[in-house]
Amino acid sequence: MKLHLKIWRQKGPQEAGSFKDYSVDNASEHMSFLEMLDFLNTSLVQKGEEAVQFDHDCREGICGSCSLVINGNPHGPETGTATCQLHMRKFKDGDTIVIEPFRAKAFPVIRDLSVNRTAFDRIMEAGGFCSVNTGNAPEANAILIGKETAEKAMDSAACIGCGACVAACKNASAMLFVSAKVSQLALLPQGNPERGRRVRNMVAQMDQEMFGACSNTGSCEAACPKEIKLENIARLNREMVRAAWVE
Amino acid sequence: MLDSKIPSGPIDQKWKNRKFESNLVNPANRRKHTVIVVGTGLAGASAAATLGEQGYRVKVFTFHESPRRAHSIAAQGGINAAKNYQNDGDSVYRLFYDTIKGGDFRSREANVYRLAEVSVNIIDQCVAQGVPFAREYGGTLTNRSFGGTQVSRTFYAKGQTGQQLLLGAYSSLMRQAGQKTIEIFSRQEMVDLIVVEGKARGIIARNLVTGELTTHTADAVILATGGYGNVFFLSTNAKQSNASACWRAHKRGAYFANPCFTQIHPTCVPVSGDYQSKLTLMSESLRNDGRVWVPLKAGEKRAPGDIPENERDYFLERMYPAFGNLVPRDIASRAAKRMCDEGRGVGPTGLSVYMDFRDSIQRLGHATISEKYGNLFQMYEKITDENPYQVPMRIFPAVHYTMGGLWVDYNLMSSIPGLFVAGEANFSDHGANRLGASALMQGLADGYFVIPYSIANYIGGTKLSPIKNDHESAKATLAESQTRLEALMKAKGSQSVDQLHRKLGKIIWDNCGMARNEAGLNEAMVSIQKLKEEFANDVRVPGDNQLNSELEKANRVADFLELGELMCLDALERKESCGGHFREEMQTPEGEALRDDKNFSHVAAWEFTGKTPKLHKEALVFENIHLAQRSYK
Ligand SMILES: Cc1cc2nc3c(=O)[nH]c(=O)nc-3n(C[C@H](O)[C@H](O)[C@H](O)COP(=O)(O)OP(=O)(O)OC[C@H]3O[C@@H](n4cnc5c(N)ncnc54)[C@H](O)[C@@H]3O)c2cc1C
Ligand code: SF4
Ligand code: FES
Repeated sequence: MKLHLKIWRQKGPQEAGSFKDYSVDNASEHMSFLEMLDFLNTSLVQKGEEAVQFDHDCREGICGSCSLVINGNPHGPETGTATCQLHMRKFKDGDTIVIEPFRAKAFPVIRDLSVNRTAFDRIMEAGGFCSVNTGNAPEANAILIGKETAEKAMDSAACIGCGACVAACKNASAMLFVSAKVSQLALLPQGNPERGRRVRNMVAQMDQEMFGACSNTGSCEAACPKEIKLENIARLNREMVRAAWVE
Repeated sequence: MLDSKIPSGPIDQKWKNRKFESNLVNPANRRKHTVIVVGTGLAGASAAATLGEQGYRVKVFTFHESPRRAHSIAAQGGINAAKNYQNDGDSVYRLFYDTIKGGDFRSREANVYRLAEVSVNIIDQCVAQGVPFAREYGGTLTNRSFGGTQVSRTFYAKGQTGQQLLLGAYSSLMRQAGQKTIEIFSRQEMVDLIVVEGKARGIIARNLVTGELTTHTADAVILATGGYGNVFFLSTNAKQSNASACWRAHKRGAYFANPCFTQIHPTCVPVSGDYQSKLTLMSESLRNDGRVWVPLKAGEKRAPGDIPENERDYFLERMYPAFGNLVPRDIASRAAKRMCDEGRGVGPTGLSVYMDFRDSIQRLGHATISEKYGNLFQMYEKITDENPYQVPMRIFPAVHYTMGGLWVDYNLMSSIPGLFVAGEANFSDHGANRLGASALMQGLADGYFVIPYSIANYIGGTKLSPIKNDHESAKATLAESQTRLEALMKAKGSQSVDQLHRKLGKIIWDNCGMARNEAGLNEAMVSIQKLKEEFANDVRVPGDNQLNSELEKANRVADFLELGELMCLDALERKESCGGHFREEMQTPEGEALRDDKNFSHVAAWEFTGKTPKLHKEALVFENIHLAQRSYK
């Protein structure tokens, strides 16, 4: 298939960026989207031009490295799919595809399509853990957790930390990401001792990192490759109220 | 002779004895010691977090954007532990036995026993961190089965076990970062090891964003940098996984052990075209319910659903009735290859076999299968556009894991004092073939429970003179890194790094892959020599010294070329078949691997000399498990 690409090129965080046009002539519909970009990059390199920088690693939708806003959608047109799992068969011969980085104040562009999402690490550092030193743990089966609870916690824990929720939100809010971790640990007994501290500290850090406020529009949920549910945000809000009253 | 420093005493007392004899470092003194950890996968994150908790000053490096993105995140199926929760005959000794046997008697008994022993603590630790393992209605933990065993000892979190375990370790790591015991250097790649007076004393790191090279000194360095499966270009490993940290350490004096021991995983999505950038694993857990088959006759053209039962060959069940579809990986992979060699492979290229869930869906229902494997089925459908609930999956073996790695003694210390190696990067526990769900176990065993003792023992018992960044060795090493990178940047050839890397991968896959022979290996070594020259003369690395994926890849592929050569040499030297190393000249009449215990019951540890590598042997002594021909029939 033949494709027209409009790709955001930006030298560095301080430099201005702009779209550049490229065309790819012999893409196969079985290629993944990133393989199509590899294909473009090989042709650029052979001509001595700079390859387009983008983040990727696992290429199977689990590491959270890949990003990209494709035709206006973080991770592209397909629901529940990370960019690396998207295949060219979802596009048509002759299509024009616009490719941009995730855009948010808290995620500055490093170069081209690559952005800095370390703000997420700092939110985790603020409270996304159970304080248990190695060697301190009780026997695993001493903590009984019902199947449904375990599965619910797992659904929240499935977040890959990609940041698409932020990129999709007009306020660049990180609520879906933060609430997924808060929910996982609020649902499990292991998370109980630090429940209040955790949610307060994580939310405070989120605000400090310049993420915007949540206005419940749900575009985060729609963009999330792991289909993390909005109910996590509701749970986070309840956890905040609980923290204010109980602790 | 290599000293593996195995503690004295009977097998079940060795680890206790070592812990007791070990030197210690007083809690108040620990913060005076800097330990560098390279890598934040399961092994690195768990080691760093634990050392941080104990009070050492820890510096953690990862080329990833965030520690949470390490390759370990992609592990699907599960983690083994000898908890015997299923009351089905499991024990520490049985896990030990299964691992030694699964590894085709090419691993060190003492290490494997310790691994089995601490496996139970790992599960406790992970549960306490909030890892949402699968559970029974009553609230207890549940298990599944993996290949090469007849008990159910694998713990899992849906098809995302690696993700959940890594996020657990990562959360502990971040907690220490918050407490300032750990400093995290992300998007920073170790490009060389600093050795002073024969001891590892630091690293040179390249900031991938700014291109800056910096010196970091320490009292000990831990490499937890993962495996080298990406030598093959196409593998199930994450795209950025590479061998450079280990290879640079090797060039500074760390021996490389059993480089030819690579694992080809039987159940991966087959290659679809020459643009393919990586291969996707379909978890081994699927073999619990999927039946592997090919058509009985060669050249079959009918759709799988139209082939009647009596014209199908469920070849694993036929050849290995005791273990059936759950034979170890090396055996399953070779059997699939044999079917394809016989012309009975399926799919457009004839290079795949079916894995069929029809019977399980009938027996257990769509809902149960979906609950167990939903995300894997979805992943398969995204890649192939075929629905595995309706049409059997097509699978083919692919490079997956490397059992070889830097040589370490029982304390996980390499042949360079002060350099420790953990996780897939070392060679220690899996012999010539790794059993499923044992890599996660090993990574966390090394990081949470072994490395902390080794570090205390080393630092507590070694006189370490203070060292500054401007030490002669550090300056020289930094200058060498600079020169090397500049040379790569100047390359103005006509081929991209990927193009050359693909060529290397093909040479190794064809000659040092699922089957190897003397002629092929000799030929491969000549071809790699030529390819090295081609790389030197014709690679093209456009762009500058800042964030530049082409430069990163060039730097790594240069090392893969050298490592690939050593893999072939090692495969040539080991004139026996064992586990994943199948020398065609050495097989039983039924086509199974034929070991030569008299001549090859050893670890082959290679020393870098600049010329022909020098071979050192560590004899493997089996005091507990009787050496036998593996049988899964
Ligand atoms: C698809 C897949 C599924 C798997 N499923 C299972 C399973 O179900 N069960 C199981 O037991 N095993 C499984 N495995 C194997 C297992 O995942 C790996 O062996 C294991 O996770 C390796 O962990 P590690 O900590 O040793 O290294 P990795 O997770 O590979 O981490 C390496 C780390 O080192 C860093 N690094 C490397 N080089 C440098 C450098 N030069 N400078 C700075 N940082 C560096 C990286 O950034 C990364 O943080 C699977 C493997 C694959 C590929
Ligand atoms: S909530 Fe979804 S979109 Fe947001 S970081 Fe997690 S996986 Fe990505
Ligand atoms: S590359 Fe890992 S999620 Fe896309």
